Amino acid sequence: MTFEVPNLAPALPEIVLLTLTSFLLIADTVWSKRCAHCTYWATQITLLVVGWLIVSSFTTQTVVTFDGSFVRDTLADVLKLFIVATSIGIFLFSREYLLQQRSYHGEFFVLGLYGVLGMFVMVSAYNLITLYLGLEIMSLALYAMIAMQRDSQKASEAAMKYFVLGALATGMMLYGMSMLYGATGTLELPKIAQVIASGHADQAVLAFSLVFIVIGLAFKLGAVPFHMWVPDVYHGAPTAMTLYLASAPKIAAFAMLYRLLWDGLQLALPDWQGMLIILSVLSLIVGTVIAVVQTNLKRLLAYSGISHMGFVLMGVAAGDAEGFAAAMFYIIIYAITSVAAFGMIIALARMGHEFDEIEDFKGLNQRNPWLAAMMLFIMFSMAGIPPFIGFWVKLAVIEAAVNAGLLWLAIVAVITAVIGAFYYLRVVKVMYFDTVEESKPAEPITRELGFAVSVVSGLLLILGLFPSWILDLCYRSLGVTVVG
Amino acid sequence: MIALSDYLLFGAVLFMISLAGIFLNRKNLIIILMCIELLLLAVNTNLVAFSHYLNDVQGEIFVFFILTVAAAEAAIGLAILVLVFRHRKHITVDDLDQLKG
Repeated sequence: MTFEVPNLAPALPEIVLLTLTSFLLIADTVWSKRCAHCTYWATQITLLVVGWLIVSSFTTQTVVTFDGSFVRDTLADVLKLFIVATSIGIFLFSREYLLQQRSYHGEFFVLGLYGVLGMFVMVSAYNLITLYLGLEIMSLALYAMIAMQRDSQKASEAAMKYFVLGALATGMMLYGMSMLYGATGTLELPKIAQVIASGHADQAVLAFSLVFIVIGLAFKLGAVPFHMWVPDVYHGAPTAMTLYLASAPKIAAFAMLYRLLWDGLQLALPDWQGMLIILSVLSLIVGTVIAVVQTNLKRLLAYSGISHMGFVLMGVAAGDAEGFAAAMFYIIIYAITSVAAFGMIIALARMGHEFDEIEDFKGLNQRNPWLAAMMLFIMFSMAGIPPFIGFWVKLAVIEAAVNAGLLWLAIVAVITAVIGAFYYLRVVKVMYFDTVEESKPAEPITRELGFAVSVVSGLLLILGLFPSWILDLCYRSLGVTVVG
Repeated sequence: MIALSDYLLFGAVLFMISLAGIFLNRKNLIIILMCIELLLLAVNTNLVAFSHYLNDVQGEIFVFFILTVAAAEAAIGLAILVLVFRHRKHITVDDLDQLKG
C-alpha cells in the first residue's frame, strides 16, 4: 500500500482561494475593530489573484486529478473566470449597501468567498461526491449570508424558507445519486457514462434516479414547479444578498447541470430530455404570467428570473453540445444582467428605504436622467430588444432549440418573450412618463457606485454590439465547431 | 439473508415519511429539520446497501461525507431557527407568511 500525492497543480486556484479565505476568516476578527475595510479589499485582491491564476494557466485540454474526482478543462476555466468577474461586481455593490444599512460585517465577504469556493468545486466536479460537496459548501454559505441581517424579520423568514427547500432539493438529488450508484456501480461521472454505454446499467433504476436528479437540479435553478422559494427569498433577503443569489450561483448551477446530464448521463438523453422540456415550458409560462402582476421590483426580477431559467433549460433540452453552449451563453449574460439590475436597486437604496417598489421608480427620468437611461438599458436587455445583449442570448437559445427540432418549444419561448416585454416596458413607462408629486431625490449612494452601475449597464449595450466573442468562447469550451 | 430490495424498500419508506413530514406538518419548524435529517438517512441506507451488494467501497465513503455535511447543515438550520424564534416568539410553520405574492 503506497500513498501517492495527487497532482495538485490543476486545483491551484481552489487551493489558493481556500487558503486565503481561511486566513481572512481569522484576520477579520483581529481587523474588525481597527480596519473595517481591510476585509473588503483583501476579498477583492483574493478574487483578482485567483482570476489571474486561472488566466495564467488557462487550459485547452482536459486534466483529471484527485483519483478522477476533479477535472480542469476549458469549460471549467471559462465558467470560473465569469464567476470571479461577477463576484467582484457583487462585493463592490454589497459593500456600499451594507455600509448604508449599517449592517457591515467582514463575515459577509468571508462567507461570500467560501460560496465562490463551493461554486469552483461544483464547476470542476467529476465525481458525485465532489459535486455534492461543492453544492453544500456553496449552499451553507448562502443560508448563513441570507440570515445575516439579524434585525430583519423578513430576512430570517427568507433564510428559513431557503434553508428548508434547499436542503430538501439536496436530499432529493442525493436520493437520485444513490439510485444512480446502484444502477451503475460507480460514482465517477465518466465511468457512469461508460457503464451506460456498455448497456450494463439497469434501465428502470436509471430512469428512476434521473427523475430525482432532475427534480433536485430544477429546485436549485428555480424552475417551475419547483420555484416556490425564488420570489420569497429574493424579496425577503437583503438586496446585497439577492444580488449574490441571482448571479454567480446560477453559473455554478449550470455547471452542475452540464456535469451531471452531459458528462455523466449523456446517453440517457431520451430519459431526461422530456422532463427538461416540461420544466422549460412551465417556467417560461408561469414565470412570465405571474411577473405581470408584481408591484415589487425584486419580486418581478425573481419571476422574470424563473422565465429566464426556462430559456436556459430550453437550450439544455435541445440535447446537443450546441444547445449547452447556447444555455451557457444565456446563463453568463443572465448573471451579468442580474448584477446590473440589483446593483441599480442597491445604488438607489437609502437607510430604511429599499427603493425596490416599482412605484419608487416613478418619474426617475426627471430626477436622474442618467440612471433612468441605465435602467432602460437593463430592462431592454432583459426583454431581449436588439441591439442589447439580451437579444443575442435569446436568439442563440431559440436557434439551438429549432436546430434540435423543438420548433413548438421555440414558438412558446417567443410568445412568452413578447408577454415578458410588457412588464419590462412598464418599468420604463413608469420611469419616463409618470410624474412624481413631491420630488424625492434619487441620487446614487456614492459617485463611485453610480459609475459602477453605469459600467455594468453599458456593458450590456457594448456586449450587444459585439456579441460573437462570448458565444465563440462558449462554443469552444464545449468543443462545438462553428460552421460558417 | 436480507435481500437488497428490503434495504431499498426501507430507504424508500424513510424517504416517504420524511417528505410527508415536511409537507404535511404545519405546526413546528423543528419537525421539518428532523425530517430533513431523516431524508439524508434514507439516502445513507440506500448507499450502504448498494455499496455492500456491489462490493464497492465508494458508497460507504459517500455516506461519511453526507453524515459530516448533515451535521453542519443542522447547525446552520438550528441557528436560523433561533433567529426566527427571536423575532416571533414561536416557530409555527403556518405563520411564516410575511412574504407572499
